[in-house]
Amino acid sequence: MSDAQAQLPIWKDGSFGADAWVAVSAETELPADPAPILVPLAEFLAEAGRYTARDGDIGVLVGAGEDVHPLVPYLGDLRLIALEFPKFADGRNYSTARLLRERFGYAGELRATGDVLIDQIPLMRRCGIVSFAVKHEPTRRALLAHHSVEVRHYYQPVQSDAEVPAGTRPWARLPAARLPAA
Amino acid sequence: MDIITANRLSDGAVVFLTASGWSTRIAEAQALEGKESVAAALARAAADAEASIIVEPYPVDVERRAQGLTPTKLRERIRAQGPTVGHSKDLHLQVQAA
Amino acid sequence: MYRYDEFDEAFVRERVAQFSDQVARRLAGDLDEEQFKPLRLQNGVYLQLHAYMLRIAVPYGTLSSRQMRKLAFIARNYDKGYGHFTTRQNLQFNWPALKDVPEILGHLADVEMHAIQTSGNCIRNVTADHFAGVAADEVADPRPYAEILRQWSTIHPEFLFLPRKFKIAVTGADADRAAVRFHDIGLQVKRNEAGELGFAVWIGGGMGRTPMVGYQIRDFLPEADLLAYSEAIVRIYNLYGRRDNKYKARLKILIHEGGAETIAAEIEQEFNEIRYGVLRLPDDEIRRIETYFAAPDYPTRASESVPFKRARLADPAFDRWVGNNVSPHRAPGHAIVTVSLKPIGGVPGNATADQMDAVADIAERFSADEIRVSHEQNLVLPHVALEDVKAVYDALAAAGLATGNAGLVTDIIACPGLDYCALATARSIPVAERISERFGNPERQQEIGPLKIKISGCINACGHHHAGHIGILGLDRKGEEFYQITLGGSGDETASIGEIVGRGFSTDEVVDAVQQIVDTYIVHRESSEESFLAAYRRLGPAPFKEALYGTA
Repeated sequence: MSDAQAQLPIWKDGSFGADAWVAVSAETELPADPAPILVPLAEFLAEAGRYTARDGDIGVLVGAGEDVHPLVPYLGDLRLIALEFPKFADGRNYSTARLLRERFGYAGELRATGDVLIDQIPLMRRCGIVSFAVKHEPTRRALLAHHSVEVRHYYQPVQSDAEVPAGTRPWARLPAARLPAA
Repeated sequence: MDIITANRLSDGAVVFLTASGWSTRIAEAQALEGKESVAAALARAAADAEASIIVEPYPVDVERRAQGLTPTKLRERIRAQGPTVGHSKDLHLQVQAA
Repeated sequence: MYRYDEFDEAFVRERVAQFSDQVARRLAGDLDEEQFKPLRLQNGVYLQLHAYMLRIAVPYGTLSSRQMRKLAFIARNYDKGYGHFTTRQNLQFNWPALKDVPEILGHLADVEMHAIQTSGNCIRNVTADHFAGVAADEVADPRPYAEILRQWSTIHPEFLFLPRKFKIAVTGADADRAAVRFHDIGLQVKRNEAGELGFAVWIGGGMGRTPMVGYQIRDFLPEADLLAYSEAIVRIYNLYGRRDNKYKARLKILIHEGGAETIAAEIEQEFNEIRYGVLRLPDDEIRRIETYFAAPDYPTRASESVPFKRARLADPAFDRWVGNNVSPHRAPGHAIVTVSLKPIGGVPGNATADQMDAVADIAERFSADEIRVSHEQNLVLPHVALEDVKAVYDALAAAGLATGNAGLVTDIIACPGLDYCALATARSIPVAERISERFGNPERQQEIGPLKIKISGCINACGHHHAGHIGILGLDRKGEEFYQITLGGSGDETASIGEIVGRGFSTDEVVDAVQQIVDTYIVHRESSEESFLAAYRRLGPAPFKEALYGTA
């Protein structure tokens, strides 16, 4: 792992930044200060009070294939939900991302972790993910160079402020940024 | 006896590991005796896969027959010699005749 | 047919640029093979036994003459002068170089074509009845719906990394020519009692090593719900389909293991959440897409043609070809012509570049510029005037394409098999060729009547052997090819999976075995009106086992 990767692992809003979130579990003692903590989904659900009673931001880590329905009552408490892609070819959390955003109205940060690669990031974005824990060096280089590999004409609508209808076709969408400012 | 085969990354051509690199001709393949020489050759092949020269290297069991090194399995004979039917076969025969 | 507007044009150009960039990064080593593989597959590029293979999408099997000529151009300039039409109405080239594929995709984009999602664990090219829009028995043209599904599924951000591939087919008639019951989603356009359009829906059909006929989840799904319902099905599959074993990852296994009613309830629940959302089809959009598929303005013609009748009387070979390869058309005085890609003793589904050009020329002159690819690996000219049928026949004959065997014993479906495919365990094409030669006599074929032989070179069943009246599965037994025979399969509206008749046969034995089966049918059929499939369904396997193995 390179130094930059260790110190600035998170790609968000066009640059790499530090990861402030401290991974905790049922066994770890919670940090005393109000550092933000990231809790695995099952452990959070098993003992939600332990985490919500604490003064400090909470994030939840959702593994591929984990059901997020039980998390719905807590969504307002969560500043971050990290969705794991254990292999880039495991696509379950694309659906989970859309459910969280579009069905359950989650408004906090959705992050992709695990095997995150440049060719999948545009798809993740369309599903509502906004930050990316990136380990793959060629992906990091490509992001820093703002090397875009996206097809920016979309044939199916997703509920996103970042996309706007293209002409009169009911499902054709374009990135909002492409339009001239109103 | 084994040889190592793979596909060339840029065009997909079937290639065989030689003493110095890769050849599309099975006759030029390096014949390998024994587990250790196969393992060493596979390590060379893996390095070339890593270097984006070839893809999917693997060993093929061969025998020396009258026509030269010949895979023992039908799949590998077809892979080395081309399809046994159809337009590609006709073309293959034309190339051989030329 | 569908025509790209500026949006589609820009989309497909961006896709070519994206894949060009991905190929460049692969060749430079920034992407390793594991990372690159799903990207190339989603652009139709496989690595096969000898070389790369490029599978080009022919959405719902519809091509213009201009598009066919472009395929011929690619065959000549980037391949070995021929192509292979597949059971998913696509075209495969067997020898392209990876470094040339971006350029090939650029040529395809020039004629509104691409190779998007012809492979990979995503929603594949949507197929449809190859007689769509012209069949006399059709309720409505299925292609507008296939096009709507094509657009929705194309680079769908949620569904590009499904557990496994996902196939959708649409038909518009009771006679199922699209094998909808063997798809992950099968749709039949129909009208309800109120006369409204909608769909019967089957899910979880498929072939492969665990063949299953689809489960009918809806008798009538309203037209407006097509996309929301499809999205609900695929979402449930994406979330719950197995990912631990690629042979158990298809939707059919989820339904089999989870229980059809349980999975159906999940789908209905998901559907209810999104039914009235953004995916609801506005009527005017469906009607707009439909206008693309409007039939050409057929000149008014008498329902019969005297020159056509005379030609049939004068030329027995033409008459026989008409009997097998010409189907009823909805417009009076017109016909649908099937162009057989099954020459006696030839490779099923192959066409040379010259033949592609010839078909393009004939379609331009006689078929309103339109060609179809059938899932039975033939081509179709959908708009031919009866008066022109003889001229079409003569032109096809000049190109070596006038084999009059559509639907007969030599109209064999075969996968590429061990001659081309990296997964195959035995060869398919040589067996098809030998069966074709054995039964090549036209009178003999006519006597046998409708009979579908389908050959796969491994248990993945790309040759649809499970749905063959006679199915042949090529396997490897201790280094030797051998062939297992199934009987009684069918891909139509009476869908059934063939039953293994007994122990397999060697390469040398298999053609004799097929002949024994056919001979047994001829002996036992009630009359020449009783087809092989009907006779098998009446008789069961016993007489065939007896003939093959000497024991009942």
